[in-house]
Amino acid sequence: MSGSAPILNMRDVQFQWPGRSSFSLNVPAFRLEEGETVLLLGESGSGKSTLLSLICGTLKPASGIIDVSGTDMAALSGAGRDRLRAEQIGVIFQQFNLLPFATVSDNILLPLCYAPNRSARAKKPLAEATSLCRSLGLSDDLLGQRASALSVGQQQRVAVARALIGQPPLMIADEPTSSLDASSQNAFLDVMFGQLGEIGASLLMVSHDPRLGKRFDRVVELSDIAKFESHAA
Amino acid sequence: MIVRLAIASLLARALTVSMTILAIALSVALFLGVEKVRTGAKMSFADTISGTDLIVGARSGSVQLLLYSVFRIGNATNNVTWESYQEIARRSEVEWIVPISLGDSHRQFRVMGTTKAFFEHYKYRQNRDLEPAEGALMTDLFDAVIGSDVAKALGYSVGDPIVVAHGLASFTEHKDQPFRVSGILKKTGTPVDRTVIVSMEAIEAIHVDWKSGAKAPGQATPVEAIRQMDLTPKSVTAVLVGVKSPLQTFALQRGINEYPQEPLLAILPGVALQELWGIVGIAETALVAVSAMVVVTALVGMMATIFSSLNERRREMAIFRAMGARPSNILGMLVLEAMLTAAVGAVLGLCFLYLGLATAQPILDNAFGLWLPIEPPNWREIGVILAVVVAGAIVSLVPAYRAYRLSLADGMMVKS
Repeated sequence: MSGSAPILNMRDVQFQWPGRSSFSLNVPAFRLEEGETVLLLGESGSGKSTLLSLICGTLKPASGIIDVSGTDMAALSGAGRDRLRAEQIGVIFQQFNLLPFATVSDNILLPLCYAPNRSARAKKPLAEATSLCRSLGLSDDLLGQRASALSVGQQQRVAVARALIGQPPLMIADEPTSSLDASSQNAFLDVMFGQLGEIGASLLMVSHDPRLGKRFDRVVELSDIAKFESHAA
Repeated sequence: MIVRLAIASLLARALTVSMTILAIALSVALFLGVEKVRTGAKMSFADTISGTDLIVGARSGSVQLLLYSVFRIGNATNNVTWESYQEIARRSEVEWIVPISLGDSHRQFRVMGTTKAFFEHYKYRQNRDLEPAEGALMTDLFDAVIGSDVAKALGYSVGDPIVVAHGLASFTEHKDQPFRVSGILKKTGTPVDRTVIVSMEAIEAIHVDWKSGAKAPGQATPVEAIRQMDLTPKSVTAVLVGVKSPLQTFALQRGINEYPQEPLLAILPGVALQELWGIVGIAETALVAVSAMVVVTALVGMMATIFSSLNERRREMAIFRAMGARPSNILGMLVLEAMLTAAVGAVLGLCFLYLGLATAQPILDNAFGLWLPIEPPNWREIGVILAVVVAGAIVSLVPAYRAYRLSLADGMMVKS
């Protein structure tokens, strides 16, 4: 991995839902450089979930290359893709991000269970989780609480801490702000970008809200990079 | 940490999980309880007689002879004549010999006539002797030694008079010859506890005025006159024999079985017990099978609970997947949860068993003379608990495999 290598590089990716010839997604070329932040704009139903699942390796393309940190996700087995995701990608969802029954600290440390290298990078996982929480504006006494006891805004910050623990080079966020009000949205993005800058990770965030665009290095319309075909039968 | 998460996840569903645990616990308690009663009954039967090499009676079935002579269950069809008894006693292989005379009762308890030798040679539970807890063994003709259950049930103490009834469950009493309680035996956990023991001569004495099963009218021989009479028994119900060398047991048994003057039967108590177990074995197996099926039912219930929880847990599984968990990790987690549930259920079942034992022990002892010892779990019970945990894991594989398929299809996103 040289400094100029992209953190995500998709080429000629073709995906078809198994057994449904009417639905396909093609990504001719899409790159994300190291440390780059990109906002991907797309309405729901435009294939963004499929695109994210391809990048994260829970779906496998029919052909093409999905390079994540120098490893072709598309060439790996199911278990290999799960491992690559665990090691290299931090994921934040729209909502229902956390395990409600688990403590905040267990939620944050969860990805390390499946990623030995990332776990080794974290050195002292609990200390790192604590400092991440502090810089995200979460007080220490929240760490031992159950995730379900937190407010939505707090939960999303915990989700950021979880995505960033062990310093993965790529962070994927799927509408993380859609369940927050405008002021919480800004506060959330402030702390998220602050932490991203510290770690130097790349961010690919999906949203339908173009107003967020000014914070990102690049804004991309999903329809520009991906051809999504859905013929009603 | 995965274990901690599994426990937290179970706690979050505390109500349904605790119901499942309760079902498993009750079924395991039932299973272990049945086992306990089964082995306890077997042990208590096997402990009833020890040190006796042969039991001799009139020719009938070996199980029947064992039942009436040792367990006081059922009746003898015939007696052994006193002449035959003496003939056996004179044989060179015989080290000791104890006659038993049954047929009379006191209230709900049976009366047994025997000799002093009975107290010397009758052993129970690995060679333990019968010992009086109060008073002494019979010295007078009309002395009786009673078992501890007799004393407890009828509230007797040493010196109390008792009247023996003719036959079993009979209203004809031997009123003319009241006995006196000379001693009360220590509790043995054997049928001796429920027996009134008198001398062979006493049995003869109370039947002095009786002819062919009925009291001869107008006759009432005074007690003093009876004491002067020759009270040598005319017959005995059964005979306990000890041989000098174990090697001679079979020779003596054959000798008695082929005794030409009278049809006799000599049995080895251990062999007859085995025969008895052979008979009750089927019922025993059925009982174990039924209680095992109850455990299986509880585990199937757990399987159903896991199945029904899968849909609401799809988001949880998606989160695990997003964090890098493989579908096989999801499968493993569900199996782990099931094993934890089964383990808690099984251990709780063991606790229920001890609780049940503590309450039922005196009741069972009183009602059936069955003493179930409260001991730390044996290997068999630990094996049962482990088997339940393993069975729980196997049963949970079915819903876990469905979760595997679901999480493979869902990936990180749950649509719906």
